[in-house]
Amino acid sequence: MKELICIVCPNGCRLRVDEKNGCRVTGNSCPRGEEYGKNEILHPVRVLTGTVRLHGASLPRCPVKTRGPIPKEKLPEAARALCRVDVEAPVQTGDVVLADLCGTGVDLVATRTILP
Amino acid sequence: MQDVIIIGCGVVGAACAYRLSRFRLRLTVLEALSDVAGGTTKANSAILHAGYDPEPGTLMARLNVEGVRLAEEICAKLDVPYRKTGSLVLAFDEKDRSCLRTLLARGEKNGVTGLHLLSGDEARALEPELSGEVQEALLAPSAAIVNPWEYALAMAETAVRNGAELHLSCPVTAITREGDGFAVTTPKGVFHSQYIINAAGVHADNVHELIGKKNFTIRPAKGEYYLLDKSEGTRVSRVIFQCPDPKGKGVLVSPTVHGNLIVGPTAEPSGPEDTSNTAQGLQKVRDLAVRSVPGVRFRENIRNFAGVRASSDRGDFILEESPAVPGFFNAAGICSPGLSAAPTIADELTALLAEKGLALEEKEEFIDTRRRVRFHELDDGARNALIAADPRYGRVICRCETVTEGEIIACLRAPIPPASINGVKRRVGAGMGRCQGGFCGPRVQEILARELGVPPEAVPLEEPGSYILTGETKEAWT
Amino acid sequence: MTEHQLVVIGGGPAGLSAALSAWEAGITDILLLERDKYLGGILNQCVHNGFGLHRFKEELTGPEYAGRYVELLESTAVRVKTDAMVLSVSPDRTVRYVSPADGCRTVHAGAVVLAMGCRERTRGAISVPGTRCSGILTAGAAQRFINIEGKMVGRRAVILGSGDIGLIMARRMTLEGAKVLACVELMPYSSGLNRNIVQCLQDFNIPLLLSHTVTDIIGDRRLEKVVVSAVDEHRRPIPGTEQTFECDTLLLSVGLLPENELTRALGAEMDPRTNGAAVYENMETSIPGVFACGNVLQVHDLVDFVSEESARAGAAAADYIQNGETASRRTLTVENGNAVSYTVPQRIRMEAVDQGVQVFFRVNRVFEKSAVTVTAGEKQIARFKREHMAPGEMERIFLPEKLLALAEGETITVSAEEAEA
Repeated sequence: MKELICIVCPNGCRLRVDEKNGCRVTGNSCPRGEEYGKNEILHPVRVLTGTVRLHGASLPRCPVKTRGPIPKEKLPEAARALCRVDVEAPVQTGDVVLADLCGTGVDLVATRTILP
Repeated sequence: MQDVIIIGCGVVGAACAYRLSRFRLRLTVLEALSDVAGGTTKANSAILHAGYDPEPGTLMARLNVEGVRLAEEICAKLDVPYRKTGSLVLAFDEKDRSCLRTLLARGEKNGVTGLHLLSGDEARALEPELSGEVQEALLAPSAAIVNPWEYALAMAETAVRNGAELHLSCPVTAITREGDGFAVTTPKGVFHSQYIINAAGVHADNVHELIGKKNFTIRPAKGEYYLLDKSEGTRVSRVIFQCPDPKGKGVLVSPTVHGNLIVGPTAEPSGPEDTSNTAQGLQKVRDLAVRSVPGVRFRENIRNFAGVRASSDRGDFILEESPAVPGFFNAAGICSPGLSAAPTIADELTALLAEKGLALEEKEEFIDTRRRVRFHELDDGARNALIAADPRYGRVICRCETVTEGEIIACLRAPIPPASINGVKRRVGAGMGRCQGGFCGPRVQEILARELGVPPEAVPLEEPGSYILTGETKEAWT
Repeated sequence: MTEHQLVVIGGGPAGLSAALSAWEAGITDILLLERDKYLGGILNQCVHNGFGLHRFKEELTGPEYAGRYVELLESTAVRVKTDAMVLSVSPDRTVRYVSPADGCRTVHAGAVVLAMGCRERTRGAISVPGTRCSGILTAGAAQRFINIEGKMVGRRAVILGSGDIGLIMARRMTLEGAKVLACVELMPYSSGLNRNIVQCLQDFNIPLLLSHTVTDIIGDRRLEKVVVSAVDEHRRPIPGTEQTFECDTLLLSVGLLPENELTRALGAEMDPRTNGAAVYENMETSIPGVFACGNVLQVHDLVDFVSEESARAGAAAADYIQNGETASRRTLTVENGNAVSYTVPQRIRMEAVDQGVQVFFRVNRVFEKSAVTVTAGEKQIARFKREHMAPGEMERIFLPEKLLALAEGETITVSAEEAEA
């Protein structure tokens, strides 16, 4: 039995995951908590956020995120990959600024609309 | 070849430069730090003392009272925040009461006007926040508060405007005889002059020893302070002292010209550069201050700081030609009331130089005025006139003190522009308020970098090496 | 002097939400004044995710959350002035502001919403001894440098304070290439959200030192090291427990303070516990027609609740403009009972209560299985169960009108207590 704090939402539910019983999750108050609890034992994932260089606008950086979670162990490598990305204004929230970040199959997208 | 080199641009060096710049002289000021007023001048109680404290017969006694009178004139001419608040010295017991009588007698001898003793109740009628334990108080109506760094800056700027040369980040490393004059070596080259004024503050003994045999020693003594939010700024309306002891004038509680409350200082022997705060020192300030004004709310603190007094082993100001080095004049051991006496210290040294042959011919074109924009003090009509001419006066950068981008740009174009975030703070007040630059710091940095044409990383907090940014994000990985 | 129905001061999440809800309630002449160049306030620099789960039922980053509101606002005719700093508000609802485009201008409003947000406590507020070298920043200032300017503030960092911003910055510093040595917290518990302790500290093996504080700062020009000591139950450093961290950066996350200079100068009654204005059930301050919401009223943990609170303030301002002052023949004062450090609202005008009142509060210590009770005199009028409560997590309860009607006196008291298992 492993005890975890759920990070899916600010409630921070205290989950108990039974590794011996197919990672059965208790203590969650929503289905996403169950998914988190399972994932955290089997293959933990995180959403990466950060900024990339922006050209052609008064702001020097464009905030970005991975469209979905990526394997937790990929976080350092993926964070480093962000420094090789340059975007040109205009950029719209949701625009893909880098496809398939570090072979995760997950795209990196802009999270702010910035006009030139 | 210059006529005079002044070493050090604290308030004493600045006052000397200001005084001498009215004469037809070739004048150079060498300052070791990257800004004027960077040592003792920027970290003290910001008080112009009435003059009852020094022992009659001393230089301190002779120069304090007249110095404070001149300071009022200079502040008016050069647009320096100044307020004649008056001061009270409090007595809590018999010993203190006899001390008040000593101070009263000294003050009268020193020529301080308007001094009188108040009963505890009379004192509390003037200052309702005073402790109920106060038995008696000495009122000195001529005491004042000032912005010490703007005072020094204004005098230095005026000297520069009148032709004095100022070199910052220019520490003196050697002084040699050259005929009957001097050669002064610095990282920025060798300067030559007929006379030298040593106004090097806590380092005055070291500077003197570069050429002369040691005949005084600086005994630096640190004082720690609290600077409280403006919400505490009206807790008292006068400078509130306790009875002085041999180490200093005790802990004071005073309004500042910026509207804050200053509380301190301690007095402990220290290194000349040791401006750190200590838990014990701060505790001591709190414990002593509440004796005078029990209601001070230290949780409203916005900043602690410490300054180092440039006291000497002689116990009085040292204003003299070095005995073994003709033409080399010391302005040393300038501890309290040095800020108060700065203009008369300058007068005294000018007279000494003249005695030794320096020709003083007044300039007709001497500029003796200075003005700067203080947006938050203007009415809307004046503000709109400014904004119409330059819209940057409409952009508030420091929200706590209402300082605009226009004022920051203006200070960068003044005769002595700042090269650091704190330099901007001292000149226009951006970052001096309750958020302590939390919001405006990054924006001031951006403006400073843009105007100086350097990357933001090259803008320091204070001296070179006090960098704020280390480069681009993720640079560690590229 | 120009006349507007509503002036909203601040274009962060609170101001945006208040302006929108007033617009939706039928107020067409709204002026929103924002001191920065952009709308969105502090959300713009909060590039991490975790926003919007309540409001939008999805997990957004700060800029995305702000973007949603800005987009909604752009579909209205709300007038927005950026780069516009408000200098004063008077009780007659005259607002003076300055901007490069307009100069100093005075406008009059039928109602005003105060939504200026909060600022960070600084080194001065906690009087850390030591030198005044560079390398010591509030976590928010560092966040702005990193996420907005793309500039790094240091290479080896210690974080003082485990509030959410401190935790978020521990992760951010790490992801941007710095080494974070420790997060130091004076209290025996973190004031940040548990999820942030997991994903910002534990994910990166950053130690959290509870009941510790920074007792010395060493460095001539740039920070060179900090000394950290354990503290006793009175939060006093324990001699002999000092450990030294060699670092060039100390980030401070030691609390937020509502930024109420305008509110104080206006003369609105303040609550020393929240450092915000004391408000009625509809977010109205003691000055009729002036409302306050978001972090200027009380420091929130979640932007979703800021939006919600501000929407109520905006709607109430609309109601004030349309229907005039709220009657107040009977006013209940909300008092803080056991272990409750503040409540918002502070007062409830019974005639104004429609379905009920949302009461926000914080507890002053950690609770496990517990209950929140609301009493009027000796009589308990409501009781709410809780699995866990902590000072770092704002609590809220909804008091239906029916229950409030049970209160006979002039006060109700909100208390927290341990519950039997």
